[in-house]
Amino acid sequence: MRSGPWRAGSRDGGPPVGRDAPDRLVEDLVAALGPDGVRADAVERGLLARDASVFDRGRSGPVCFPRSTAEVQAVVRAAVRHGRAVVPRGAGTGLAGGAVPLGEPVVVALTRMDRLLEVDLPNRVAWVEPGVVNLDLSNQLRPRGFHFAPDPSSQQACTVGGNVANNSGGPHCLAYGVTSAHVLALDVVLPDGDVVRLGGLDPEPAGYDLRGAFVGGEGTLGIATRIAVRLTPNPPAVRTLLLGFSTPRAAADTVGAVIAAGIVPAALEVMDRRITEAVERYVHAGYPTDAGAVLLAEVDGMPGSVAAAAEAISAIGAERGATSVRVAASDAERAALWKGRKTAFGAVAQIAPNYYLHDTVVPRGVLADVLEEVYAIAERHQLLVVNVFHAGDGNLHPLLVFDRREPGVMDRVLAAGAEIVAASLAAGGVLSGEHGIGVEKRDYMPLMFGPDDLDHQARLRRAFDPACRANPGKVLPAGHSCADIQALESVPAGVWG
Amino acid sequence: MSGTGTARVPATGAAPRRPLDPELLAFADEVGSEGPVAVAGAGTRAELGGPLARGTRMLRAPEGIVEHHPEEMTVRVRAGTTVADLHAALAGAGQRSALPERGGTVGGALAVGEGHLASLGRGPVRDALLQVRYVSADGRVVTGGGPTVKNVSGYDLPRLVVGSLGTLGLLGEVVLRTQPVPAGSCWLRAEGADPFGARDVLYRPGAILWDGEATWVLLEGHPEDLAAEAAVLARSGAWREVAGPPELPPQRWSLPPAGLRRLPEGMAGPSGSWVASVGIGVVHAGRPQQPRRVAAASEELTRRTKAAFDPAGRLSPGRSLLPALPSPALGGGGGRS
Repeated sequence: MRSGPWRAGSRDGGPPVGRDAPDRLVEDLVAALGPDGVRADAVERGLLARDASVFDRGRSGPVCFPRSTAEVQAVVRAAVRHGRAVVPRGAGTGLAGGAVPLGEPVVVALTRMDRLLEVDLPNRVAWVEPGVVNLDLSNQLRPRGFHFAPDPSSQQACTVGGNVANNSGGPHCLAYGVTSAHVLALDVVLPDGDVVRLGGLDPEPAGYDLRGAFVGGEGTLGIATRIAVRLTPNPPAVRTLLLGFSTPRAAADTVGAVIAAGIVPAALEVMDRRITEAVERYVHAGYPTDAGAVLLAEVDGMPGSVAAAAEAISAIGAERGATSVRVAASDAERAALWKGRKTAFGAVAQIAPNYYLHDTVVPRGVLADVLEEVYAIAERHQLLVVNVFHAGDGNLHPLLVFDRREPGVMDRVLAAGAEIVAASLAAGGVLSGEHGIGVEKRDYMPLMFGPDDLDHQARLRRAFDPACRANPGKVLPAGHSCADIQALESVPAGVWG
Repeated sequence: MSGTGTARVPATGAAPRRPLDPELLAFADEVGSEGPVAVAGAGTRAELGGPLARGTRMLRAPEGIVEHHPEEMTVRVRAGTTVADLHAALAGAGQRSALPERGGTVGGALAVGEGHLASLGRGPVRDALLQVRYVSADGRVVTGGGPTVKNVSGYDLPRLVVGSLGTLGLLGEVVLRTQPVPAGSCWLRAEGADPFGARDVLYRPGAILWDGEATWVLLEGHPEDLAAEAAVLARSGAWREVAGPPELPPQRWSLPPAGLRRLPEGMAGPSGSWVASVGIGVVHAGRPQQPRRVAAASEELTRRTKAAFDPAGRLSPGRSLLPALPSPALGGGGGRS
């Protein structure tokens, strides 16, 4: 039996859950994928025991690299035979711990399934494999007049399969909607190894909308191996504006007023002074470093509506005390402004070595109030917080920045995070806007949902995965079906960090 | 906001959730936990999914708009409200929704999953449903989704109930995304124009309808853009402004958008007429679309879903999503095969 910090009854990586000795499992997996398709060494397993979250006590079983639906099916069937759980994995950029393996499951890394299979212009869809990188897909579609609308900040690395699992968003989801609005059909290997087609290319496919239920399932409902994504036409006109304000409140109020005026911009992003300064030092995007906050607004569509909306946003900003308004005059200038926004998380390293990024949504009318509360919460816990977020849809992204070598800091970070979540919910908001629940927020779920609500979510989970084999320990809190895989029950102290 | 700042998140329970609407709780009491039960809307699409089992108790869902927040672009509305009433209220604030305007109730439109005639511009109805409150087979009120315009907290129960024909839960109250009414709009019609070509040259039209001879296009947006788009269309046909869309035959088919180039035979029915939604794939026709078969594994997953949500088969018994899907218990109808 292993020694060290792995305790029975804990939700850390835990001992392997399964009947057979691991080497028998590895033999079966190698038989299915060949020696090149399976890694069971400590290095690879260690690498894939983490994702981009702060959750770092995962334990991976054998890691598989299938190249086809049939190979994914073979892996799942081998895991079923050995009574082991299965955890799919894309690029590992998730921030909620959704890809962190619990109970030494078989990890199914989908990075080798990275082909753009078909661009079907008459139906305006592209069929892709799950390992296709988000930005690569849009770059390949753009010359043909289309793109894939979800654009998470991690889009240079994150995969479409990961976007499907987490129902990912991004700045431009304000106008275009998150991933579920852009997935029409999927081929899925169910947790028992059966392969199903969910959804369809027709507008109202037969049967329940199981495609809609699957998207955002965080790998707990099966593994998507072919995905039909909607092609979004590139807008004929785009205008990007940067407005400076003396306070975050003024920027947030402007956002509320723009939406209330019936304008639906493509994106409305707010960055506070600290992150703006850090970004400016990092990429020299030309942001005003003397502003208390900046609002990056983008409008797209037909030229007439774009001009009218840009003018209206400038006017609304001016009414609310904008200290500067700049309209990007060229594509290069526009790209520089977006580069600043999209590298914001990287720029945080200039402030402190570690950050913990939260992701809640509140009604836009109370955005300024909740934002001020977030600053107050951080101050009470003697923490630094920076805010860079999708203001247009009320999606807050407070980053608590810290140095984890400082004794006791992690406790303060977690306590402050819990208060931010509570404040968002109390203001009529929700737990997550685009990062998902994973392990991070599963125990917060009862704050947003009652026992009957969670019971029905568990029923959906069971319909897809009666034996609880797919990514156990995620989404649903302890006490619900498939929340536990044998010993995986509650968060032990010290799992975080 | 006072008082929340020092709140600590409790480990479990003690949720700061809002109390449920008393009308919703009364509806749940009516549903109860025994015997076959279904909701009657306005009856505009009651035949879909097959006839209800004899002896099914019919209820009405609660009515009325609970709260409209134009500045949030959301509306909380009870399922028994008519779409006409909802849209009249939204229009007062310069807004609209993706729900269809063919008559009927909000709950009925969602239970059927029917999109608006102009869903090319308004988006599919499943994208409009942010939060759902339904009464479960054991008579409890279940909430799925959230009230904000963006939310990925937990499984997407709202999408699951769209188009479920009242077989998983009985809709009581929903939060819908609203959208601003465009600054301008106009319907154009041309004989003999290529509807698929129109789809290719227009950026985001509200609708393109085609009956095999004439094409109708709904343009929406800024007046300058309408003029520009109309000028683009004028290169490929004699388009003139008309009051609105054509009369629509009663039945709706769902086909891949590319499938409209070669429509199934016998679809039109005796009248011979049909109207296709180009770019969407809905065809309005005289004859109903036959229930579509799916692969065995999908059928099994559908059966398990139904059994998980309604193990005794008491919700809308007789209505079936798939041709051969048997009703679990009660018998009363089963599937149409």
